[in-house]
Amino acid sequence: MTPKSRSRVIAGGAGQAAEAARLTAFPREATMGTVARLLEDERVLGSLLLLPTVVLLGLFIAYPFVKGVWLSLTSATVGDHGQFVGLANYVKIWNDSIFQRAAANTFVYTGLATIGKLALGMWLALLLNRHFRGKRLVRASMLLPFIVPTVLSTFAWKWMFDPTFSVLNWSLYHLGFIQTRIGWLTDPTMALGSVILVNIWRGMPFYAITLLAGLQTVNPELHEAAAIDGATGWQRFWRITWPLLLPVTMVVTLFSVIQTFADFQLVYVLTGGGPANATHLFATYAYQIGINTGLLGEGAAVSLAMFPMLFIIVVIQLWYIRRVEGA
Amino acid sequence: MAGRAGSGAGMVEGSRWHKWVFFHIPLTVFVVGTLFPFYWMAVTAFRPDGELYRPWRAVNNTPFWTTQPTLEHAIYLFKQTMFATWLWNTMFIALLSTLISLFCGLLAGYALARLRFPLAGGLGTSIFVTYLVPPTLLFIPLANIIRDFRLGDTPWSLILTYPTFLIPFCTWLLMGYFKTIPKELEECARIDGATRVRAMIQIIFPIATPGILSAGIFAFTLSWNEFIYALVFLSSPQQKTVPVGVVSELIRGDVFFWGPLMAGALLGSIPVALIYSFFVEHYVAGLTGAVKG
Repeated sequence: MTPKSRSRVIAGGAGQAAEAARLTAFPREATMGTVARLLEDERVLGSLLLLPTVVLLGLFIAYPFVKGVWLSLTSATVGDHGQFVGLANYVKIWNDSIFQRAAANTFVYTGLATIGKLALGMWLALLLNRHFRGKRLVRASMLLPFIVPTVLSTFAWKWMFDPTFSVLNWSLYHLGFIQTRIGWLTDPTMALGSVILVNIWRGMPFYAITLLAGLQTVNPELHEAAAIDGATGWQRFWRITWPLLLPVTMVVTLFSVIQTFADFQLVYVLTGGGPANATHLFATYAYQIGINTGLLGEGAAVSLAMFPMLFIIVVIQLWYIRRVEGA
Repeated sequence: MAGRAGSGAGMVEGSRWHKWVFFHIPLTVFVVGTLFPFYWMAVTAFRPDGELYRPWRAVNNTPFWTTQPTLEHAIYLFKQTMFATWLWNTMFIALLSTLISLFCGLLAGYALARLRFPLAGGLGTSIFVTYLVPPTLLFIPLANIIRDFRLGDTPWSLILTYPTFLIPFCTWLLMGYFKTIPKELEECARIDGATRVRAMIQIIFPIATPGILSAGIFAFTLSWNEFIYALVFLSSPQQKTVPVGVVSELIRGDVFFWGPLMAGALLGSIPVALIYSFFVEHYVAGLTGAVKG
């Protein structure tokens, strides 16, 4: 007998006293209308509670997705619905050298930034997991890059990377590391690296704080036992901390990979895709074609080119969460 | 074994220099690296233009501080641009979209955590999947839809679309929270004759207040942060949010007004940083809850 049905039996069989108690506790329910009775049905109530969410997500996620697929198959531009052109937009971008560059950039960007964020975030989490004075303040301030609107903090970086007035160049020059200025954002080979650096700066706290939450659940006795057996700090990290933290690490990383892969703001502010289209990502190139140039069909196709990769990551994510929950 | 007592989960055994090399120095580098851009933002915001545009090799260049702090950039921001309006717009949009998302997330989270009905599993998974849909995937068709609905260039274009990435998050966070509340509490109320809806509103929702607060704070910072939808859907200066206003109105062609830009970045960050500082613990709970699912 499920707890629910048991409660019904008790409620039904308690007789006069329970009925009186019920009338005093919740008098209005004594005269339950049809609507109220319907709401007692889990199926009716469940559907009703989910209705607002389903409507909003349907209107602004599912519908745009279908519409996006349709747009990408037409020659639509701003102010013109266009005609059905089949896969012509996809063929066009496939042969477009800027698109190819953007695709390659996105993978490099996602790969390097993710490795950087994970490694530094893990390191910072390990440091923050120790006891020291002002720990709470340090931990809270470490999250600032993640809290502050990305566009605004990215402008600070753009100013630090300024070709003429860069404070980074000034410091490196006065420390004797460089003789001529570095074109952080103007040098095509340098620019993507600079953008990756800012992405790591912004995303690393997210890893650090979520991993720290995971670290705090690791039983310190495991470390003590291993230390008594003579394991070094490095060994203890790889044999105890890393395996125990792996589920959190996986979920955080997959989540962050999706965000990084679809990133827009950093590149839009720092380089606008330049110099000479060297730093475009899928999203910024889609914006340039779809919004700036007004080729909606082609822009939608560039955007949707992200879909297969995102789909694969989401499937892995779902599969992994199910597996962890099932275990 | 000198360091054992304070070691906790870390590894603090060994000599004093060991602790410097493996703890103090790296932590200092992390702190300085993380916070320097904000310091730089602040210094620039208060630095007079004459000092700002000094060649990087100039002898009298003192880049890390200023001897003549000025408010001219902040004053320019409020007198010559619509910065105050942008601040208000951002606040209004973030608040309303957060409230809508909390409302939807509360109901959906309760339904998914507590009720058994057909499609529950499928809907739960779909909501999780929409959580992982990045805004950059859909902004082009969505711009079309916003125009069809005649919402273009109004705050409603954002108030109604921000919940698409906030609701899934709120739902998942609150669903996890509801699952930790013992079912017996609800059953007691129902034995006393309360309807399911009443038990939900009067018994379960109040207990979930910390979870609601976490979800709310997190959702608020996310909508304060949002950029691409605001960039695409808004066009007139008086409708813009802070991030879009700063990008589009403080850069004229190739000319960057760095003083006002940094003052705008600083003032645009302060409200959200303040709210965060009051609710750090709730924010962190939201953040870690967001990935646990």
